[in-house]
Amino acid sequence: MKALVWHGKEDIRCDTVSDPAIEDPRDAVIKVTSCAICGSDLHLFHNLVPAMLPGDIMGHETMGEVVEVGSAAKSKLKKGDRVVIPFTIQCGECDQCRRGNFSVCERTNRKKKLGDKAFGHATAGLFGYTHLTGGYPGGQAEYLRVPFADTTHIKVPDGISDEKLLFLSDILPTGWQAAVQADIQPGDTVAVWGCGPVGQMTIRSAVLLGAEQVIAIDHLPERLSMAAAAGAITINFDEESVVERLNELTGGKGPHKCIDAVGAESHVGVGQPDTLFDRAKQMLMMENDRPHVLREMIYVCRPAGVISIIGVYLGLIDKLPMGQAMNKGLTFRMAQAHVPRWTGDLLRRIEDGQIDPSFVITHKADLSQGPEMYAKFRDKADGCIKVMLQP
Amino acid sequence: MLLTKLTGIARSEGDPRVIYKGPSSLTDADRLARALGWFSVGLGVVELVAAGRIARALGLEDKEGLIRAFGARELASAVPTLSVDKAPGLAARIGGDVLDLLTLSTALHRHNPKRSNAALATALVLGVTLLDLAAYAGVKAAHHRGSGSRRDYSGRTGLPRGAQASRGLARKDFKTPPDYRAEGTVAAALPAAAT
Repeated sequence: MKALVWHGKEDIRCDTVSDPAIEDPRDAVIKVTSCAICGSDLHLFHNLVPAMLPGDIMGHETMGEVVEVGSAAKSKLKKGDRVVIPFTIQCGECDQCRRGNFSVCERTNRKKKLGDKAFGHATAGLFGYTHLTGGYPGGQAEYLRVPFADTTHIKVPDGISDEKLLFLSDILPTGWQAAVQADIQPGDTVAVWGCGPVGQMTIRSAVLLGAEQVIAIDHLPERLSMAAAAGAITINFDEESVVERLNELTGGKGPHKCIDAVGAESHVGVGQPDTLFDRAKQMLMMENDRPHVLREMIYVCRPAGVISIIGVYLGLIDKLPMGQAMNKGLTFRMAQAHVPRWTGDLLRRIEDGQIDPSFVITHKADLSQGPEMYAKFRDKADGCIKVMLQP
Repeated sequence: MLLTKLTGIARSEGDPRVIYKGPSSLTDADRLARALGWFSVGLGVVELVAAGRIARALGLEDKEGLIRAFGARELASAVPTLSVDKAPGLAARIGGDVLDLLTLSTALHRHNPKRSNAALATALVLGVTLLDLAAYAGVKAAHHRGSGSRRDYSGRTGLPRGAQASRGLARKDFKTPPDYRAEGTVAAALPAAAT
């Protein structure tokens, strides 16, 4: 089969690989009908997580049709079922899964010792996202083996397009969780840093959850125009001071809720001098992430406000103003999305016409064009915000 | 392919293995930049550890310290050149090439017994400068935003009922889970508020 394979920094190829095979009775194999490139795939493209190996298949936003089912998964799945695959692999039985904390499932990371060393305690297995999270082959491929398939799938009905359903795998529940964990209440002003695909979903989630004022922060005009389409007030940080503008929009008090949909790779620019130092340290492997957004959120957030972090961070960060955070009494909530916790509700909202996630797709391509689409997405060329791939 | 095959030991039996490699997302300019980055590392190390020998070979005995500083400069420019932000690294290399050529020009006078070595070094630096220029132009051409800023997505609401009508829509049937809530307020918990 064909698959997008990681071979090194900035080196993704559409390779011919052997087909996946069922290994465990709980496994299933799906024929992929659609998949997508995620912003967090770019961290791997840039080799910022030192746990990828040449030959690893990329991708964690995938949907398709079940073509093979292991004996222990047959009670939940059958050939021909149409499924979206969450990027988190969950057993559904451990303490964390029972609490709904699926992204920290205790049993699905098959490289638990490595995960324990890196994180203190291993997190869930993830598709196509380094050997720290199991080294599972990803879904940017023609076929995908789904471990723990009886619990790691979202059955979806026929009659709704892949474009509307695919993002149940990641960015829609991720954006939703970013808004939910911010504890948005009617009357709140919510500021969202980053108008990439997750930021866009977060903005719409904040609107649906009743935020009075949603403020979107980015510097790319096409992303800001997409944010404005959902009713967000936009701030272009190339043109105005984020802190001054946020204070102006909140009567000098700052936003109630601040959401980081950027994560490890804040834009590097002279207007944000801390990012220059972070980038230099990152190049010298003295720091993993560029936490400009975190610093800005802590500074501008209203005292006793909530900081919600959904943008992916990778490791160590420097110069975090913990004194500001502590003295202002800020609440921090963060996690990789606990996808299945939200997908039943979100599928219903898609069916009900409350949200149509397909708005975010700006580019569609064949799987074989994947390598060039990675570069285009990274370079933000041609107005690229979200790439959908079809094998 | 050997490395890709070796990594097979980290995979399980049913995991797909690479059979044939396809074309890479790396452009020729990216590869050239990477090669120049590693060249910078090599040259930088040599200039740092063998500055005296280089100075004597070029007839620039009084510039040993400068050559060592150039070695440090080479290493510094290698870091961004080998990163994903290649253009600033390549620009730094081009600037460094100019400094190298200016320094070598001082060794090309007829009284320098090592003039031929200096001439050869100058020719080599000129060649590398051309490669740096080609890599810089190639990287800039391959990785630019193009017409992206002219795209307008202002019609893409993602909220079929419209932004205003959608505000708070989920509140009708969604309650923030208790683990994500700071229930109530201090004021509500005070005895005065209870009465």
